Amino acid sequence: MNHYETVFILNPVLSDTQVKETVKKFNDYLVSKGAEMIHKEDWGLKKLAYPIQKKKTGFYHLFEFNVAGEAIGPFELEFRRDDSIMRYLTVKLDKHAAAWAEKRKERVKATKN
Amino acid sequence: MASTIEQQAKGGSKADIRYLTPLDIDTKQKVKYCRFKKNGIKYIDYKDADFLMYLVNEQGKILPRRLTGTSLKYQRKVSQAIKRARHLALMPYVGDMLK
Repeated sequence: MNHYETVFILNPVLSDTQVKETVKKFNDYLVSKGAEMIHKEDWGLKKLAYPIQKKKTGFYHLFEFNVAGEAIGPFELEFRRDDSIMRYLTVKLDKHAAAWAEKRKERVKATKN
Repeated sequence: MASTIEQQAKGGSKADIRYLTPLDIDTKQKVKYCRFKKNGIKYIDYKDADFLMYLVNEQGKILPRRLTGTSLKYQRKVSQAIKRARHLALMPYVGDMLK
């Protein structure tokens, strides 16, 4: 089991329910691969620094999870197959990154309350 | 100071410039330091685009180590983080007047 973090950008033309469905689809996919979800974050509709597929905004979502390394390949393949995903990035977290992610989660919690 | 009167008469171009009062020019170099080492930052987050903007010029190019003073170890991490941020459209690949 390794510690990973994935950020992906969804197409802004999707409706709220479609966005939720897509996020749920990927979440369920990870869980079906035996992943342990640690954290999920919704950054909402953000402006892109440059246009992608002629779109200037996108829905950003972040997953943090523990999964076996073999599951990452098929997981990214799912991203490539889905038209509503404009970009994705999966990063393996080392111990410093994990510590930073922990701090970040606390900060997100603090701002919410 | 080594030029003689004859040389000055011949060339003229290499004449010494003398000042009545010594110029107040600070010749001491400001000591550079690595901000990551100094502040004990171990991981540079690609999601924090606001911070990474300090490490690029106004065209969005990564600033060299000789300007920022970052140590090689952390410069590699900075460049990796900036490239990840660019991929996720958190930072531009090319920009103009970013600052």
